[in-house]
Amino acid sequence: MHGDDARPWTFYAFAAFFTLFVLFLYGPMFVIYILSFQGPNGGMTFPLNGVSLHWFTALVSQTRVGDIAGSFVRSIGLAAIVAVVTVVLAVLAGLAFRRRFRGAAFAFYLAIASLIMPGLFVGLGIALTFRLLGMPTEWFTTGLGAQLTWTLPFGLLIMFAVLGRFNRSYEEAAIDLGATNWQKVREVTLPILLPGIIGVALFGFTLSYDEIARTALAAGSKNTLPLEIWAMTTNVTSPTLYAVGAVTTIVSFVVIILALGSIAIVQRRRAAAGMRTE
Amino acid sequence: MAPSTSMANGEVAVVGVTKRFGETTAVRDLSLTIPHGSYCCLLGPSGCGKTTILRMIAGHEKPTSGDIRIGGQSVLGLPQIQRGTAMMFQSYALFPHRSVLDNVAFALKMRGASTADRHAKARELLTKVQLEKFADRLPAQLSGGQQQRVALARALITNPRVLLLDEPLSALDEYLRLRMRGELRRVQKELGITFVHVTHTQLEAIAVADTVVVMAQGHIEQAASARDIFVSPRNAYVARFIGGQNVLSGTVESTMNGVAAVAGKNGARFAIPVGSLHPLRGSPLWGSIRRDRIAIEKIAPGTKPAGGLNTIQGEVHTLENQGSYVKVTLDLADNEEFVANVSDENFFASPLDIGERVVARWSASDVRLLDDGPIAQEAAPAGAAMATAG
Repeated sequence: MHGDDARPWTFYAFAAFFTLFVLFLYGPMFVIYILSFQGPNGGMTFPLNGVSLHWFTALVSQTRVGDIAGSFVRSIGLAAIVAVVTVVLAVLAGLAFRRRFRGAAFAFYLAIASLIMPGLFVGLGIALTFRLLGMPTEWFTTGLGAQLTWTLPFGLLIMFAVLGRFNRSYEEAAIDLGATNWQKVREVTLPILLPGIIGVALFGFTLSYDEIARTALAAGSKNTLPLEIWAMTTNVTSPTLYAVGAVTTIVSFVVIILALGSIAIVQRRRAAAGMRTE
Repeated sequence: MAPSTSMANGEVAVVGVTKRFGETTAVRDLSLTIPHGSYCCLLGPSGCGKTTILRMIAGHEKPTSGDIRIGGQSVLGLPQIQRGTAMMFQSYALFPHRSVLDNVAFALKMRGASTADRHAKARELLTKVQLEKFADRLPAQLSGGQQQRVALARALITNPRVLLLDEPLSALDEYLRLRMRGELRRVQKELGITFVHVTHTQLEAIAVADTVVVMAQGHIEQAASARDIFVSPRNAYVARFIGGQNVLSGTVESTMNGVAAVAGKNGARFAIPVGSLHPLRGSPLWGSIRRDRIAIEKIAPGTKPAGGLNTIQGEVHTLENQGSYVKVTLDLADNEEFVANVSDENFFASPLDIGERVVARWSASDVRLLDDGPIAQEAAPAGAAMATAG
């Protein structure tokens, strides 16, 4: 017989699997971060030939590696627009879907279907259509649209999860106390849903920020950051590539920390409001 | 906006209301009048339609047909706030992101009252429920009982003429539940407004209400004073549901002097008073006997007890000590539960064991006739019934 604290063999099996998972996820990334500090005369692989910030400074000098700075600004801007549009539409659609209307299931599956469409062909289709219509493809028009086909269904699914835990009697209580519909949404529904809504924004931003498949053919002449990096992997044969990887990862982390931080601030402010004594 | 004050007439009338949700009928042609200033409990198992009625009075559901009147006037189509009702939700629905003070002041904010005005009024109400010290807390930082009082204060700030309470005590632990139900009753008396309280707990309804409305499957089984519901349930459903009574059933053997002799399934015979009725011999009849009016005697092993009218024999199935009395459940070899509540003095003078054979006795005058289906009556006059009795 086992003691009470004996772990079943499945624990060790999953622990081993999880260890491999972590190694595969973070191992290669750390290799890239380390190699981004390669000395000025070092190559793309180990060993390190000294340690320097040479390749980071090389990033800024456009001439050598293409338009990293420009594509970075475009990507951040595009991700911000995508996040805002995704939040607005996903929240509205999520609220609308709580009411049963004719064709609700059909509309839902129609929206979700875009998640299983091959992304490259969605981008291709958009680009072709615009060409047929004689309109130019740009990152902020066709590129934006292509990315929304990816982020909106995600946002909608998250809103479903968020609203699934939302107790409707909060809204009924507001109406009962004389709130108009708009007062109800502003004073009760949105504030209670706020952490979930920040989550939708975060998803919209990060999905957009590293999207390639849909954006590749729909972004027009100016690249977003992932497209620029993709191009670099075939052209650039220096550790600059790794420096790009390190910087973009930092940006991703900053976005996540900002989002989690703002959720924490919202909650702390609520708690602090409660701790105040008269 | 119609200003509603506690002086306004808070009589609630549900008039022939039916409510269907798609295929299912939650409430079926139900009528009920709750007098102004009374405390009414809607009591029934889950799914009986009691919450639906409450929500229709509040305006959160629309009746499929029928009318809802408050103070004599139809409120169908009126916005919630103009009905003069306020609702206390199950688990209270206090806004988690607002302080206790702002929760209570919410209705005044919606009306556009200034911050100073609404906070002053809210503090006044918080003082009434003894929570003024907690004004700046968040709901999550309060105990269940405190949350309930905040919900009460928040509902009362609109000066409703009718307060609707949806399972107001179900989120509390046993100790608080008993304390708060007395508190609710006290508040209702003090304000003199109508309370409509939905619950599935029999003793809660009997403890607080003037009128108890026992419901099943979308209709009313009995609406009566709490005392009548307990002492004289109308039918077997109410008797079983309230739980203070045993249901006796059997077929009529004879009727004499307004008392029918009835043979039960397990050989027991008992008398059921039938008043001026003359039930047909062989027809089924139901009666009830209060659980606390039954005496239990042990049957000494090897002896045959005298049977006789108004006795039932059986084995002790379970024993539950309830403090002031012991609940003795007998196994009668039929499906009906038979319970005797024996006072602690009597029980412990001669304690019983599970499995012991006992005889239960009661007096015919404690038995009441139940109305379960039409009673088949003899066409012949009383004399004929007496003749067959021999």
